[in-house]
Amino acid sequence: MKTFGGKVLFLDRSDINTDEIIPAKYLTEISKEALRPHMLEDLKLDGFSSQDPAVFSSKVVVTRANFGCGSSREHAPWVFEVNDINVVIASSFARIFRQNMFNCGMLAIELPEAQIEELFQHKGADACIAIDFEKDMLTIISPNGTKAFLFRLAEFDKALVKAGGWVEFADLRY
Amino acid sequence: MAMTLAEKIFKSHVRDEPFPGALVLDIDVVLCHEITTPIAINDLVARGKDRVFDASKIKAVIDHVTPAKDSKTAQQGKIMRDWARRHGIRDFFDVGRNGVCHAIFPEKGFIRPGYTVIMGDSHTCTHGAFGAFAAGVGTTDLEVGILKGVCSFRAPETIRVNVEGILPEGVYAKDVILCVIKHLTVKGATDCVIEFRGNVVTKMSMESRMTLCNMAIEAGGTSGVCMPDEVTVEYLWPFVSGEYADKAAALADFKKWWSDEGCTYKKVLNIDVTNMEPQVTVGYKPDEVKNVSEVAGTPVDQVYIGSCTNGRIEDLRVAAAYLKGRKISPLIRGIVSPATPKIFRDAEDEGIIRIFMDAGFCVTNPTCGACLGMSNGVLAPGEVCASTTNRNFNGRMGKGGMVHLMSPAVAAVTALEGKIADPRTFAKESM
Ligand code: SF4
Repeated sequence: MKTFGGKVLFLDRSDINTDEIIPAKYLTEISKEALRPHMLEDLKLDGFSSQDPAVFSSKVVVTRANFGCGSSREHAPWVFEVNDINVVIASSFARIFRQNMFNCGMLAIELPEAQIEELFQHKGADACIAIDFEKDMLTIISPNGTKAFLFRLAEFDKALVKAGGWVEFADLRY
Repeated sequence: MAMTLAEKIFKSHVRDEPFPGALVLDIDVVLCHEITTPIAINDLVARGKDRVFDASKIKAVIDHVTPAKDSKTAQQGKIMRDWARRHGIRDFFDVGRNGVCHAIFPEKGFIRPGYTVIMGDSHTCTHGAFGAFAAGVGTTDLEVGILKGVCSFRAPETIRVNVEGILPEGVYAKDVILCVIKHLTVKGATDCVIEFRGNVVTKMSMESRMTLCNMAIEAGGTSGVCMPDEVTVEYLWPFVSGEYADKAAALADFKKWWSDEGCTYKKVLNIDVTNMEPQVTVGYKPDEVKNVSEVAGTPVDQVYIGSCTNGRIEDLRVAAAYLKGRKISPLIRGIVSPATPKIFRDAEDEGIIRIFMDAGFCVTNPTCGACLGMSNGVLAPGEVCASTTNRNFNGRMGKGGMVHLMSPAVAAVTALEGKIADPRTFAKESM
């Protein structure tokens, strides 16, 4: 199983699409590693620079609704994975992105909008999120305070995370 | 119990339910292209599992960048080619015989009503036009599909869209789907199948139905679907005639997939097209849609006609009807990319290629090319493209570029004017 949690990258916008997470021109790469420097390169977000070193030291993304819409490219979870970001927390996900995350043994956690809003209260502060996978609990810790939230994952998605992804799971079972 | 078309397909394909609500389906066709498949192939090789579940059910094409533009794309093509040969994948379409995946696979008769179809490409929803459940998936799902012939889904809910009325002159399937996305928004159909019904859809060709279903994903939909009917039978007859006594028998068989009376829909959307204007997107999301009259006059630098949305023969016919005997604006770069070699050849035979060239268009080989800003018409920062494709995301056709999505008719007259124009104000030749 992967390790989850750490410094938070807040992306305060809905409908962030996979072209913004990793532009199509890098899809000619045939190794995940080659994607690393291009994470969020075309993200349209005021005040955001994909070159900011803080972006690359993050471990958890917190964002709004419909994250990962658009293309089916698994390069989007991969560019996070190779940058050590194994968790995305949003109020909703596009289906293919969400599935790709669990298929890679990564976490796509949905929280109600009000709770996402609470997480965003920690934006700007040096925020970290700790994940307790067994207890379905995440805790945000920042100079603004500490608060725990329970989340729910489908049993199947949990099994994929535990198995390390869908290839391992499917190969054992089918 | 009354079931939707998607529920019927799920029921007939469930292999396993490892956990409540998680359905693992048997897949009838696994489609592959050179952008998302090579990493799956490499991973299978690295795991010592370089196998395919059934070579006859795997279809592959090199379409996104073709012929290769550099060493990296050449390598992607080579991985596909070597793999197809190694495993005896006979339906593999390489340079000269290749076209845009969602145009060439249906054209070859690979998609049938009631099928489950996956591909590492979000616009796989296109194939639902045949009454199939066709979903875009990521590389890991594709990899498992190749290896085991299965894929997991949550049981889908269905949104029914009734398209009624009479399509006005100058208004096409593309305008209908842009209007649907405007109503549903970019996330309105997440985890849902969008079922296109109504008298307008019944009268549509398979090409137009594919245009509708193609953009289901832009509303977040897993698949678009149309009920398989006489039009479907006509299209598929060359491929299925050996399996049925006559067309009536094929129709009866296809109809078993129709959603039952009284089935459960998550939502029903009614759209009357009678007074619809041609639709054009603004901004960077496909649900930011306006009437053409609101955006007419917006200058553009390039016009692109092609892609899995609108690169089929009927799209080229529509555009040519406006372009015939006219020249595009000297300020415009016009690019047309017929989606498959057959479409190219038919367009050639019908004099359409000539019309495009006489008007000042560049005609490219069949490929995705400019649609995803990889080749054949990438935009410079600050440039604007009027495009018949399906995504207007920031940077989609080139970093810093902007895209307006529209029908081939709007694109053609926009090329003539050098700015977004309304096809209803142009005389059109009959093609
Ligand atoms: S034409 Fe565009 S949208 Fe369609 S498959 Fe190719 S890149 Fe994707």
